[in-house]
Amino acid sequence: MALPNKPKGELAAVVDPQIVEHDVDVLIVGGGMAACGTAFEIKKWAPADLKIVMVDKAALERSGAVAQGLSAINTYIGSNPIESYVKMVRNDLMGVVREDLIYDCGRHVDESVKLFEEWGLPIWKKDADGETLDGAKPAPTLREGGTPVRTGKWQIMINGESYKCIVAEPAKTALGADNVHERIFIVKLLLDKNKANQIAGAVGFSTRENAVHIYRCKTAMVACGGAVNIFRPRSTGEGKGRAWYPVWNAGSTYTMCAQVGATLTMMENRFTPARFKDGYGPVGAWFLLFKAKVQNGLGEFYANSDAVKEELAQFMPYGASPVTPTCLRNHLMINELKAGRGPIYMATDVALNAFLDDRRAKGLDEKEVKKYWKHLESEAWEDFLDMSVGQAGLWAGMDIEPEKTGSEIMPTEPYMLGSHSGCCGIWTSGPEESWVPDVKNPSRAHKYKWGYNRMTTVDGLFTAGDGVGASGHKFSSGSHAEGRICAKQMVKFCRDNASFKPELKQTAKELADEIYAPVKRYIEFVGASTAADVNPNYCKPAGLMMRLMKATDEYGGGVATYYMTSGKLLNICLDLLRLLREDAQKMAAGDLHELLRCWENYHRIWCVEAHIRHIEFRKESRYPGFYYRSDFPTCDDENWKCFVNSTFNPETQEWKCEKVEVINIIETEPWL
Amino acid sequence: MPSYVDPSKCDGCKGGDKTACMYICPNDLMVLEKTEMKAYNQEPDACWECYSCVKICPQGAIFVRGYDDFVPMGGQVHPMRSADSIMWTVKFRNGNLKRFKFPVRTTAEGAANAYVDQKGASLDDECLLLEANLPTPK
Repeated sequence: MALPNKPKGELAAVVDPQIVEHDVDVLIVGGGMAACGTAFEIKKWAPADLKIVMVDKAALERSGAVAQGLSAINTYIGSNPIESYVKMVRNDLMGVVREDLIYDCGRHVDESVKLFEEWGLPIWKKDADGETLDGAKPAPTLREGGTPVRTGKWQIMINGESYKCIVAEPAKTALGADNVHERIFIVKLLLDKNKANQIAGAVGFSTRENAVHIYRCKTAMVACGGAVNIFRPRSTGEGKGRAWYPVWNAGSTYTMCAQVGATLTMMENRFTPARFKDGYGPVGAWFLLFKAKVQNGLGEFYANSDAVKEELAQFMPYGASPVTPTCLRNHLMINELKAGRGPIYMATDVALNAFLDDRRAKGLDEKEVKKYWKHLESEAWEDFLDMSVGQAGLWAGMDIEPEKTGSEIMPTEPYMLGSHSGCCGIWTSGPEESWVPDVKNPSRAHKYKWGYNRMTTVDGLFTAGDGVGASGHKFSSGSHAEGRICAKQMVKFCRDNASFKPELKQTAKELADEIYAPVKRYIEFVGASTAADVNPNYCKPAGLMMRLMKATDEYGGGVATYYMTSGKLLNICLDLLRLLREDAQKMAAGDLHELLRCWENYHRIWCVEAHIRHIEFRKESRYPGFYYRSDFPTCDDENWKCFVNSTFNPETQEWKCEKVEVINIIETEPWL
Repeated sequence: MPSYVDPSKCDGCKGGDKTACMYICPNDLMVLEKTEMKAYNQEPDACWECYSCVKICPQGAIFVRGYDDFVPMGGQVHPMRSADSIMWTVKFRNGNLKRFKFPVRTTAEGAANAYVDQKGASLDDECLLLEANLPTPK
């Protein structure tokens, strides 16, 4: 047997990569829904000579959170008032949100959905009898006034296996294929040498050849998703890949923007979805389309009990909503589990049979009921096959037929994101319109607008989707719309700053050395051990990631403690993260894939540190069910109905956390 | 449930520089071993089971085997994707089979309208392409 001291992978790294420099006007970092929105929209506003390049660490056709597909579009306003959408998001996120950003997303999002349909996305429709038609059946389009199949008030059903391929196609066509640089992982943003607080470029590397790419730009949009594998997952073996959110999201958006001084907001927020156990299949269609209920281990449908109503009454006004906020739904489930009344089951059998009984009651004979069942069964399986095939695989392996047995659901490990039912992210300007509050404070960290919609507190740096904080519930469609908003604003920024010539602080050589430091370390020290992964001079990214996830799980309120932490535990966590950050300088990479993993880990460590700092700063438990502080166990509106914003100063390397006022724009009476 | 490659079917995409699976994997997992000219998944515990490699493989050489830390053996889910639909075969551990077919796209590949020649009006308002008369909150 060979000694295991050679680099893994097939693309060995070398110490002296080629350096490729690019001069562009607009740089789009990321390739998901938001970035595709920007790519599609920007050419409609840009003069012909504006150079625009998009950089994706994967292949545009299947990158980002929608790579696998989706079975629903969760934000389509339709005939609902946009004000109601703002109220729903505000309540779900426990009152601390930017209503200007949410309203603005609400007024653009339907146009994105109509474009998706026009591009070829099949959207389910209701026919004249109220029966469901799949998206390939002839029916009027949304633009023509067709009726989508609503599950909840905001969600519509799609046949979405190819959702991302369909959205990526016009994005690539609009920019021109040569302007889409795939398989380049941008790892650092770069500030201008001469103009303070101005973005001037970014640097990354190819995962296909030994090359460092340096981009100079006048303006950049960064949208690389949320953060996954930051807390120890419930499955720590092979199943660690079956994360609920895409496993390739490494917190790059938050870290890269924070490191150049962009103010972050609500980084204490996290999302801990309750999903089908282990396979992490979606529950939305089961709750909303199939009207399934959750049962505890005693067979009780606990969600409507008097005890639950009393519990929710402690969290007013949020607990009063007919749709209980996501964190509080988790809180109720966790209470059952902690009391030993688990496991929690989604009663899929009860729900599906209720539909069949309903048809029988309407006079259908058994042959017609059987035909209807085929249709219903197909809808139930498509929900998984479109967006979470692994869950279908688990049901196949377990011989589960949902009409015969229910399936266990479970709150997962925590994730960080800003587009789903979470709202951590970056503090951005809202629209430059009179209805957006004009806060008289010299600091952008307190203002709601400063000239360019969705620009961060750094001049020329924009973000969208998971990047924009304090405005969740955008989902795929809202992220695309937000990317389109950025597009126009970046063109405006270029017009207004026509004379600006970006110049970088660092030389190309300095940047390349920094990016390839893990390779240099590997090559220098690999000979000190007969096993490439066990070496006193360096650590490997796989081990470092496990160390990060152990620290956050045990001290930062992960599944190990039922999401409970405290000031004392958080400070231990911060000490461990400081050591991790130091040791991250000693990560080693023998091949290009490992270099990718090294830089993803740098990003993870940084964004988790911001998360822990924010939870430590906020002396309350804003999101019971997502995390709890034992020393401040309640949601304290009197003292903490405010944003927590934090800013890292790249000059002094210091963090500053501060409270920022929440201003309501939409009426608060009635609250919902 | 990580993807794996059947060596009797994989042809290394006929000696090209990159294989289809390597091109598409969102997490950079699929690689080509150039002496054997076969692809493999280099990091199974980072596989999301998104099936992008399975769907794109021109030889139908890639399959998925359930995550070994929680999926009992014997089941399998496998797709056949065409330009407008996808057919799924679900094989249960007990041998039962189910098949489902769903549409994936209503336009021809390459036909999505990118509105290449269309221009927006004023840079100084908030309207995006195809939009006019944006509402403001009541």
